[in-house]
Amino acid sequence: MTNTTEKKSGFVGNTANYLDERLSVAGVLKGFGRKVFPDHWSFMLGEVALYSFVILVLSGTFLTFFYQPSMAEVHYDGSYAPLKGAQMSIAYASSLDISFDIRGGLIMRQVHHWAALLFVAAAGLHMLRVFFTGAFRKPRELNWVVGFLLFVMGMAAGFTGYSLPDDLLSGNGLRIIDGMIKGIPLIGPAISSGFFGGEFPGTEVVARLYSLHIMIVPALIIVLIGVHLMMVIIHKHTHYSGPGRTDDNVVGYPLAPVYVAKAGGFFFLVFGVIAAISATFTINPIWNYGPYDPSPVSAGTQPDWYIGWLDGALRLAPSGWDISVFGFVIPMGVMVPLVVSLVFLALVAAYPFIENWVTKDKREHHVLDRPRNNPTRTAIGAAGVTFYGVLWAGASTDLIATNFQMSLNQVLVAMQILLIIGPVIAYWVTKRACLSLQRKDREMVLHGRETGRIVRLPHGEFIEVHEPVDEYELWKLVDYKNYEPILARPDENGKITIGNRLRSAVSRIYFEDRIAPVSKAEYELAHADHAPAAVSEKPKKKQKSIKA
Amino acid sequence: MSDIEKSYSPGLAKDIQKPIKDPGIEPHRVRMTDKSEKHAKTAEKQIAAMFGVSVLGAIIAVWGFFAFPIIDGDLSATRNNALWMGLGMALSMLGIGFGAVHWAKTLMPDNEVSEMRHQARSSDETRAQALEIVKLADGESGFTRRKLIRRSMYGAIAFFPIPAIIIFGDLGPVVGDTLRHTMWKPGTRLTKDPTGIPIKASDVTIGSVFHVIPEGLSEMEEHKLEEKAKAAVLLVRVNPSDLNEDPAKADWSYQGIVAYSKICTHVGCPVALYEQHTHHLLCPCHQSTFDLANHCEVVFGPASRPLPQLPIAVDAEGYLIAQSDFLDPVGPSFWDMRK
Repeated sequence: MTNTTEKKSGFVGNTANYLDERLSVAGVLKGFGRKVFPDHWSFMLGEVALYSFVILVLSGTFLTFFYQPSMAEVHYDGSYAPLKGAQMSIAYASSLDISFDIRGGLIMRQVHHWAALLFVAAAGLHMLRVFFTGAFRKPRELNWVVGFLLFVMGMAAGFTGYSLPDDLLSGNGLRIIDGMIKGIPLIGPAISSGFFGGEFPGTEVVARLYSLHIMIVPALIIVLIGVHLMMVIIHKHTHYSGPGRTDDNVVGYPLAPVYVAKAGGFFFLVFGVIAAISATFTINPIWNYGPYDPSPVSAGTQPDWYIGWLDGALRLAPSGWDISVFGFVIPMGVMVPLVVSLVFLALVAAYPFIENWVTKDKREHHVLDRPRNNPTRTAIGAAGVTFYGVLWAGASTDLIATNFQMSLNQVLVAMQILLIIGPVIAYWVTKRACLSLQRKDREMVLHGRETGRIVRLPHGEFIEVHEPVDEYELWKLVDYKNYEPILARPDENGKITIGNRLRSAVSRIYFEDRIAPVSKAEYELAHADHAPAAVSEKPKKKQKSIKA
Repeated sequence: MSDIEKSYSPGLAKDIQKPIKDPGIEPHRVRMTDKSEKHAKTAEKQIAAMFGVSVLGAIIAVWGFFAFPIIDGDLSATRNNALWMGLGMALSMLGIGFGAVHWAKTLMPDNEVSEMRHQARSSDETRAQALEIVKLADGESGFTRRKLIRRSMYGAIAFFPIPAIIIFGDLGPVVGDTLRHTMWKPGTRLTKDPTGIPIKASDVTIGSVFHVIPEGLSEMEEHKLEEKAKAAVLLVRVNPSDLNEDPAKADWSYQGIVAYSKICTHVGCPVALYEQHTHHLLCPCHQSTFDLANHCEVVFGPASRPLPQLPIAVDAEGYLIAQSDFLDPVGPSFWDMRK
């Protein structure tokens, strides 16, 4: 032992000593080295987003060495024969050069684009995981907001980057943005002029998007990621409900060595998968689109997936709603989608505060909800996902119509109807499904698991034998919070305020239909008259009477 | 929660007594590598092999870089370059990734451990001390006491960012009248996009479509795209009896030849698709559909205004010319477009 330590205090030991005397690294290592993180596949979604971002910075830096953000016109003279001699911007020409004339350029462009798609996708899925498990509850509400901002910044990074090659497709995307901006009352045309440096498309916008894309937006993302992770350290990670997991502890594996290896290795896995996809699947073949020109456009234009829902909102807006006030025009075909999507985003950001306003539960929550155990929240989430999904599908109405040989008009009208009733159906179905799953859990707790073994009793009755679940499984099924709706009560002045009434009404929406976790009394009653491995018939009746 | 920590209100939560006691963390399941040195050795070799594969991947990527130099006009070299560098990189990354994860899963301890949490809230003592510091700092600076300083500072803080906003004033010129006007003037010839060749009325057969730009645009050195983004026109000849023309605009067309702005009144995409037998113009971006035979009124989709019509005529040589600029603003609606 002594020998090895002495040996190590050669280079490694000296370095460690050098750093500790200057940076107190020993204290940092002592504090974080054995920090416990819980294990679950869904906790990796945020990691995927983080690693995708690192890959974006790495591949993006490579691209900046060759890309030139200028809209000055040149005649193309690169390797791609079909465009030889064509007039185009330097931005487009340098993007073509990256693709065709620089070794490793195409693979880096593809890695960058695929990583961007994955970044927003992973961030979105991570958000859904946090939402459906209630991980946004106290003390993590603010971190939800930070995460929300990260998602929005991800979309901003994607859009600013998407426009940089200055190809026909991205130019049309900018044109659409220009049209939307111009529609904003009072300030629209001025903002458009400021954004494009004059009339659309101008000669400025690519350089401006470039500085946003490589400086401002990534800097904000890095700061937000720092805050996001710092809060994870302050709060410690949540864990799923299960035996031994409480709001007072965190159960999992230590950072060193397990998570150093697992999470470190996972970075390489994410990078490897992105590299493999980028090597084999083409993304954004800008050479097929040609340089930007305001006159032509190709049919079936599609934005990157994360902008799709906004494009879909534009398509689904009904026509003929324009308002004229004192001769001033408010183009509702633009304003309705704009306002609707902003309201949707605002609701997403505000959800933790809305739910807490209803429950007024001020305790810290570190044990995650199984989605079924909060049916209304899960149903609201499903409704939101459906709303987003219909808008997203709305961006593909033309492709749906052509691929399935349907009338474009009918597809669009169907989407408009679906946008309204889809979330309602999703809400209802999800809520019922959650309640049913909870009932199934109750059955399992009270009467055990169905074994599929049918037994005939002496008096001729057939029954299925139930097997009790073990205590670890059982604990998972009963360990969840139970909320009850509240009646609107007068305050100290004897008045029932509107806020109180509203809260009472919303609390009824949330908690009127609920399946309470099995209580000790119920459990003992169910197990009083027979051995654990017994039959289900009698207790079933009892359970009904309890509920009634 | 332990005693020292604050117990918060549960709100609407009603705790129910749990049917059983928390049984605690499940017992550790012993892995093969825990109990058999042979299995541990195998795992060790597997991990080393994965790291070895990673090295191989890096070599493949480097080989790909040198093996496929760029050859002008030969796209297969580019493709092979990207393919082999990409696959090599993927292999080298996946080798490390799988190796590290396999290491963690087979050879590192997998007993779950528990660590206590602490409430985010600081202890009462800390809070009192923090408050003390705030009070002390307030007293020492006189922040609350010296109202004049405080208020004038608020004023300064409110005003100092204003230059930072104004300084961006030259991001773009004042909009002025540019959105209402295009390059079209009385007598401007209609020419083909992108060649700029003038179009004779006799060249436009029934059912044919011309993508049109104003004469002179294709030779422009500056602001070409800006002008094109406003002036692009779609020229179609239909059977005059199919046209339902506004009597006031009857002379805006020429023997069934009509010219409409190509810029969608929704958000500005080019309305590039023409369906001959229905006379419908379709915007491929958001599917706004305009009825060409009926003053390009919106028949479907999110657009709200008809496409503006360009009044045309024929000059002495038989070429199509504009009678004037568009009388309505082209492209997306904006708030003061009618002023």
